[in-house]
Amino acid sequence: MHSPRSIHRGFACLVALLFLFALPSARAQDLKSFEQRITTKVLPNGLTIIICYRPEAPVFSYDTFIDAGDVDDPSGESGLAHMFEHLAFKGTSEIGTNDYSAERVALEKVEAANDAYEAEYLKPVGRDPKKLEELHQAFLKAQAEADKYVIPNEFTEVAEQNGAHGLNAETGLDDTQYFWSMPENRLELWAWLESGRLSDVVPRQFYKERDVVMEERRMRVDSDPIGRLVEQFVATAYETHPYRRPNIGWPSEVSQINATEAMAFHRKYYVGANIVVSIVGDIDAQTAMPMLEKYFSRVPAGPRPEDLTTVEPRQTAEKSIVVHEQTQPFYVEGYHRPGYRDPDDTVYDAIGDIMSNGRVSRLYRSLVEQQQIAAVAQGLSGFPGEKYPSLFAFYAVPIPGHTPAEMRDAIHKEIEKLKTSDVSDAELQMYKTRARADLLRGLADNQGLANSLAEFQTRYGDWRQLFLQLKEVDAVTKADIRRVANKVFIASNRTSAEIDTSPPPTADAPVNGGAQ
Amino acid sequence: MRKTGNREQGSGIRVLAAAAIAMWVLLAFEPSPLAAQQSKPWEKIPVPPLHEFHPQQPKRIELKNGIVVFLQEDHELPFVSGSVLIPGGSREVDQKKAGLIDLYGEAWRTSGSEKMSGDAMDDFLEARAAHIETAGDDDSTALQWDSLKGDADQVFDLAMALLFHPRFSQEKLALAKRQEATAIIRRNDDEGGIAEREAAKLIYGADSPYTRQPEFATIGSVTVADLEAWHDRSLKGKLIVGISGDFDAAAMEAKVRAAFEPLPEVTPAPPRHDVTPGPAPGVYFINKPDVDQSNVEIVGVGTDRHNPDAPTITVLDEILGGGFGSRLFQTVRTKLGLAYAVGGGVSLPFDHVGGFRAEVLTKSVSTVDATKAAMEVIAGLNTTPFTDEELKRAKDSILSSFLFRYDTKDKVLAEREKLEFYSYPADYLETYKSAIEKVTVADVTAAAKRYIHPEKLAVLVVGNESEIKPGLDKLSMGPVKPIDIAIPQTPMPPGAAGSPGKQE
Repeated sequence: MHSPRSIHRGFACLVALLFLFALPSARAQDLKSFEQRITTKVLPNGLTIIICYRPEAPVFSYDTFIDAGDVDDPSGESGLAHMFEHLAFKGTSEIGTNDYSAERVALEKVEAANDAYEAEYLKPVGRDPKKLEELHQAFLKAQAEADKYVIPNEFTEVAEQNGAHGLNAETGLDDTQYFWSMPENRLELWAWLESGRLSDVVPRQFYKERDVVMEERRMRVDSDPIGRLVEQFVATAYETHPYRRPNIGWPSEVSQINATEAMAFHRKYYVGANIVVSIVGDIDAQTAMPMLEKYFSRVPAGPRPEDLTTVEPRQTAEKSIVVHEQTQPFYVEGYHRPGYRDPDDTVYDAIGDIMSNGRVSRLYRSLVEQQQIAAVAQGLSGFPGEKYPSLFAFYAVPIPGHTPAEMRDAIHKEIEKLKTSDVSDAELQMYKTRARADLLRGLADNQGLANSLAEFQTRYGDWRQLFLQLKEVDAVTKADIRRVANKVFIASNRTSAEIDTSPPPTADAPVNGGAQ
Repeated sequence: MRKTGNREQGSGIRVLAAAAIAMWVLLAFEPSPLAAQQSKPWEKIPVPPLHEFHPQQPKRIELKNGIVVFLQEDHELPFVSGSVLIPGGSREVDQKKAGLIDLYGEAWRTSGSEKMSGDAMDDFLEARAAHIETAGDDDSTALQWDSLKGDADQVFDLAMALLFHPRFSQEKLALAKRQEATAIIRRNDDEGGIAEREAAKLIYGADSPYTRQPEFATIGSVTVADLEAWHDRSLKGKLIVGISGDFDAAAMEAKVRAAFEPLPEVTPAPPRHDVTPGPAPGVYFINKPDVDQSNVEIVGVGTDRHNPDAPTITVLDEILGGGFGSRLFQTVRTKLGLAYAVGGGVSLPFDHVGGFRAEVLTKSVSTVDATKAAMEVIAGLNTTPFTDEELKRAKDSILSSFLFRYDTKDKVLAEREKLEFYSYPADYLETYKSAIEKVTVADVTAAAKRYIHPEKLAVLVVGNESEIKPGLDKLSMGPVKPIDIAIPQTPMPPGAAGSPGKQE
């Protein structure tokens, strides 16, 4: 099932079961009722609008889904899609400025000053430190000049003042999503804001925002032991495909992205045919659609950008890396699997569910309860993305006194069982039951539903696949699971990574050393 | 699965042409600059009256024994979910047994009931995608369940068996201890976790009921008898039962009455006399050599929600650290580019005095600059006058999104349960909202004077000492006081680890 966030469920997330098509009393939860409540329109510029009527309260949620993420970052510019997403909060030529015509001129000077600085900085030989400092000062001056025309955060302030709730965006390797919820009487205001930032972006305060993104990287990756490990793990598992790059970007690259590159990314990927906007809530499509069409027609037309040409070659040798540091042990391994369009996509989901979902899952029962060696043990069926061939990953967190090697051996034993004997009828049925339940549960939340509709419309060209996928779920057999396990979970297709805990330094050890 | 979309395989030239067209369209739609600078186009967009909305209140039933039941019918989807909120939590547990509530919350459910073991319950529930869970917090514990309508009766019975006839097992307590021990040994790997934990200790005091920290020794001392005693004790309190979903209220009421009416009269919780001392001013430091970013926490003492100034403080918090438009965000992130994560404010717990906290995450070398910038913003609450415009923005942000506190029936129910639990009036949200509407610049100015005391604040930095240049002495807040966070290395409690011989 193509639902990237469905795997990471804690015990706290209470989910319930539903036989979607079987229930005679089914009210708002089947495909037919959704077909009556959903209106879809493809505008002349290629942009798709989906409106789903759900009048539980006078509010709506939206999701703008751009079929471009950091996997599309040009070579040498990792982190660009995410950097652009930050720019999309900075306003347009109409909002966020007190004088756009003057600001535009000032921003051109900022860009020229940055180019001059970068040219000196990147000189292979003969870089002049004095000149570099002068160029840096010139850049700061140009930046300060442009700042005079900025009304900082006006775009987000206007949204928040009008009741935007949960205002945020996410950039993954596969895609970029913008979303929030609002009172229904602000729909037109929202349409003005959203269509504006999609079509009329200004590289405002770009270089300050780049510093902010660098801080985000330090928080998520550099200063987090698991963040550091996962970055190394993925970079090892992939040889050529852009999935090998962290979506926040390599430090040297993201710190040198410039505004010209960000605007070029926008021109290429933020075209109508590459965007789906879905709205769920107390919105009447008949009156809303013409208004939305007027605003979203501002988005430039253009063909969908070309697909990536790079295909990860078949892995032929097992790879493993070991991180030695003074943090607690951890183990993760991954096997290459095809992308979401593969006919076996749901089989991978079934394996992920049977191995990892809840206290009845095989990894929990084996590693946590019976062997008593791990606190957590799970599998992820599509990592670090899902659009292109990705990894089926397993990880385990050892309890005190146990080692990554024990995690590896115990995981391999469970994988071996999948390959040599069938899963039980009960396990397979449980997967199917829970897949339905997950789908149904998501229908009660405007924001979650808006995300799903936009995602399925983008990935399959039809939001109905959100419901139709249950046919494929039902079709999964025990033989499918064994076949796929035997095909994919083999040593030469494996990459593993672990943290081995180093002893603390003995001499002049810091009193307050991080972890012991 | 086959893709039905019409993705084009673009040649280089076609893409180039597309980009050119895109650019032309972009430029064509660029509004005239003159219009942009002189008008605020969004202000001309009509905002029609909001569709009429009367959030559905749950039915409140008070049983003779004092137990309160809320029933919230919701027929959109065929689910039923329920919860029992039980007064009493970790703040009532002695330091010697710190961690007891975590262990209780975990082992209660995994052990199961006299009727059905926890493992059997897992199988039964998961096969139906239903759930029963238990959890502990600082002032309460809770039992929750959720299932398809068709399974609701069975799941309700199982949940009641777990509530009234639990069977705490040695084996599941040991499992919970292993999980807790894993959290203890890893707690210093997570920089943000360290900052949050140690900031709370500065605000509340290290031996406060709100900051007691589980250690190997304290969880080792917890026994099955402790869990049983806790359970029996807490069940005497004023339970709050909440049920929502696709059911008939009359039938459900009968069912709930049958289950809870036989209980004796509830024992009211004794009043609490918590004191929140606030930090000793100064700079505190925790060295973490494997990071390149400092977590800076600026902490002080706050207040509680009973305070009549609470609505004003909510507005003050919005101005200080509430969102993209707040002073902290505007200065530290947008203007200076020194942080991704920045925010803060005075917290308003329902029944005890909370803290003041502001947080900035910044690269090691800018630790001092970012801390100073945030401190200036905080001190500025008393010196930089609030403008009408600023107040309006803050109030608009709070009030126009107020709807999202009750836009689902489940949220309405949860709010009522919370108010019942802390003995606040049922119309609290309405009075709170109208009080916010009335807040003036003078109110916010007075509240800042009353609750923001820059000279009483402490700064806690978790970061990499070797990279923090200039050093923290440049904050000019007196000598830097190191905090020792080393984890006491008592041997693992018997039965807590799989292999007791191998200790770290």
